Amino acid sequence: MHDDDRSGAVPFKEAPLRKDGTEKVRGTARYIADVRYPGMLYGATLRTRLPGGTVVSIDFDENIAWDEYVVVTAKDIPGVNAVKMIEQDQPVLVEAQYRHAGEPVMLVAHRDPQALGTALAAIRIEERACDEGPVFTIEEALRPMTRQIVAGNVYRDYCMEKGSVARALGEPCHVFEGEYQTGAQEHLYIEPQGMIARVEEGVLTVEGSLQCPYYVHAALVSMTGLSADQVRVLQCATGGAFGGKEEYPSHIACHAALLSLKAGGRPVALIYQRAEDMAVTPKRHPSRTRVRLGADGNGRLRFIDIDFVIDGGAYLTLSPVVLSRGMIHAAGPYRCDHVRVRGRAVATSHPPFGAFRGFGAPQSIFALETAMDGLARTLGMPPEVLRARNVLVPGDLSPAGQGIEGPLDMHRVMEEALEASQYHAKVARCRQWNAQGQASRRGMGIATFYHGAGFTGNGELALRSRAGLRVSAGGLVEILTSTTEMGQGMQTTLSEIVAEALQIPYEGVCVARPDTRDVPNSGPTVASRTCMVVGRILAQAAYKLIARLRAGAALPSAYDYDEFCAACARLHASGDVATVMADYQHPVDSQWDESTFQGSPYRSFAWACYVAEVEVDTTTGEARVLDFTAVQEVGRVVHPTVAAGQIEGGVVQGIGYALFEEVHFGTDGQMANNRVTNYIIPTSADVPPIRVLFQESRAGAGPGGAAGIGELPMDGPAPAIINAINAALGTEIRHVPAMPEHILAAMDRGHL
Amino acid sequence: MTVSCRFTVNGSPVYGHFAPMRRLLDVVRAECGLTATKEGCGEGECGSCAVLLDGALVNSCLVPIAEVDGREVTTLEGLRTDDPLFAAFAASGGTQCGICTPGMIMAARALLNDCPHPDLSEIRRALSGNLCRCTGYTGIYAAIRAAAGQGGE
Ligand code: FES
Ligand code: FES
Repeated sequence: MHDDDRSGAVPFKEAPLRKDGTEKVRGTARYIADVRYPGMLYGATLRTRLPGGTVVSIDFDENIAWDEYVVVTAKDIPGVNAVKMIEQDQPVLVEAQYRHAGEPVMLVAHRDPQALGTALAAIRIEERACDEGPVFTIEEALRPMTRQIVAGNVYRDYCMEKGSVARALGEPCHVFEGEYQTGAQEHLYIEPQGMIARVEEGVLTVEGSLQCPYYVHAALVSMTGLSADQVRVLQCATGGAFGGKEEYPSHIACHAALLSLKAGGRPVALIYQRAEDMAVTPKRHPSRTRVRLGADGNGRLRFIDIDFVIDGGAYLTLSPVVLSRGMIHAAGPYRCDHVRVRGRAVATSHPPFGAFRGFGAPQSIFALETAMDGLARTLGMPPEVLRARNVLVPGDLSPAGQGIEGPLDMHRVMEEALEASQYHAKVARCRQWNAQGQASRRGMGIATFYHGAGFTGNGELALRSRAGLRVSAGGLVEILTSTTEMGQGMQTTLSEIVAEALQIPYEGVCVARPDTRDVPNSGPTVASRTCMVVGRILAQAAYKLIARLRAGAALPSAYDYDEFCAACARLHASGDVATVMADYQHPVDSQWDESTFQGSPYRSFAWACYVAEVEVDTTTGEARVLDFTAVQEVGRVVHPTVAAGQIEGGVVQGIGYALFEEVHFGTDGQMANNRVTNYIIPTSADVPPIRVLFQESRAGAGPGGAAGIGELPMDGPAPAIINAINAALGTEIRHVPAMPEHILAAMDRGHL
Repeated sequence: MTVSCRFTVNGSPVYGHFAPMRRLLDVVRAECGLTATKEGCGEGECGSCAVLLDGALVNSCLVPIAEVDGREVTTLEGLRTDDPLFAAFAASGGTQCGICTPGMIMAARALLNDCPHPDLSEIRRALSGNLCRCTGYTGIYAAIRAAAGQGGE
């Protein structure tokens, strides 16, 4: 049993208190389910049941007083019947043809939730199945003569190539090949999704649990045909998201808005029950990756050849960007002259898969890092030595052709991870233990990886993010950004960045509520971009604010907080504008070629080496993580408790991904174990001691050299744990989650 | 059909006629207006609806109101305002998104009432009915130990 919580982090007393801490511990933070309006109606959604087909008719039981209800179908949509995302392929409500079970067809609302239940049971949607059967796996989707959801069932087919794998294949070297699979993963944020829509002073106002206010805003504008200023979106306290509240809130917002508009603007709450949330909202993309690695006798990588396929589900949603991030991370943080990554996102009859912390990278990194252990076995070389021999160092070119710049030192990261985990001693101890013929086997596993911060390639350029500061006459500085707090600590981190740039106390800074009427579009709250991208914009805004206070309000060149406040009062008195805005500046030297995937995909990466110690019960096949070490180079830690919390939470989600979290799909293609009872996430009893250590090169592109860390910890645990299991048992497990029955089967194959 | 129930919530008497299967969770939130108690799953698995019933930790989504007759309910709002758990959870990474936090603090309070200086294994056992998807639990352990060190009740 461990008692060294947070051995790696600076003790919390040195760090300022979380901005949202008090309201959360006191239970006063207002989540969407805590919001009520007089006369509010409750809404519900009726959905398709077949995995693709046509809605033939809708019948209403005549014994219900339907005039008491608000009923909405696709005919009530004033604007475009599509949820605005990358493509407009996914309907807000089904008109006739549809692609998967669980697609929304009708919406019903009533004052009394009980009466609502009765009415839902009294509506019959008649459906006709497609002629061809549904496709539920990547293999089925790619088979010829199968149902074509889109042409060839391939949404995107990309290729990233550096050097020539074809040429490298002609030269003699040691080759390791394997096929790897990852399952879907459910976010299981503890707060289910929900929205309330109403019309207030002629403005369609929608609030709820969400990550990206301006995504929801754009979706509402497109669906209603209203002008941008007739639509307002506000975020409520959001009870976890992890990517799960990036896309789907737009759907729920559109539905709630349709009900409210039909009800004459009355408030309508559409809050999902847990089972509905789990059945219909997007999950992590399942994947299949074929990896072929070639190395010389010393373990130097000669080529990396990867075929990466993700299951996008029935609509495109965000799959193209998930795919490209997965591809860019597929060849790992390794030096290799010949790299080829083919990536495809395919269409199946499942509800669409979507954004989940890591965004394609956990899938491809799992494949590569597990294959690296396979290659190490082929070469008869310890896995940490193989990695150390290939890891990128300053002066190298990454697989995307990006120059690696100092002072990054991945060797130091690896060394610290091996030391903190007592790796070598434990490898020896595991060997001893396993030789004793106990009822369990133990093993150590390692993964080295990096994760790029911000939108991929030219994505940040296209976003044109903006953020600002507003100062009161009393000197309180408010951050104006559409970046949302969902637990990751954005209010705290950004407040620290602004306080530091303005040289005022942390207490003098706060964050305005994300409200599209009040805050500019700072881009979505995703992709580990908040600290690095938005933080940097805010630092610029802070410098502008200082300049304005100097020019217009006689702020002295050196000042304390009292003088700052006095200058703010003068600024207000003079009638000058008390708000400053700053825009994203794209680095001039950053190039990205979308057709070849070569250039600078990300401005900064966080680098990491994770080590897992695992014990497997050889009778039950149950694997338990005994100890976990996470060492990362993150540029700069802005707030130690917040940063450590991100890593600890991400590692535990990664443990769940590796060992517990199995999404079962029913014959209709929807999640069948859509309850907290039968979809198992780690509890406090399952979590090992997690040692979190940071290295700070100060070389990130964010304020003070920070990079992004939110997604990084999701990438490493699964391969480290599976490598540890394979080391313990001598097996070749190549998928996650590795459930006890899979582990037993792998042991049988390995004749343990 | 309704049943009449009389009980206290955070020391205040409540009397009313309720559908007997009405969940304590809904009564606390909708009738008493105490919204710190959260609904995460509605089936007794996540602990975000945890309250104390006569001092014992229960998931209020599983308690029919008829069972509460004559008993004492304590929600997060009913804890002493200077309960050291509040400051400790805020300071040491015990809360991130916050949706599990009221339930976690109730579970921690129940633990500390029985066992003022728990070791880590006791803390882990006491929290095993409460899910947190954000923190990985480490910050929550740290918070409970910090609160216990300050001599919680
Ligand atoms: S809501 Fe009661 S245990 Fe989850
Ligand atoms: S803080 Fe988010 S679930 Fe615990």
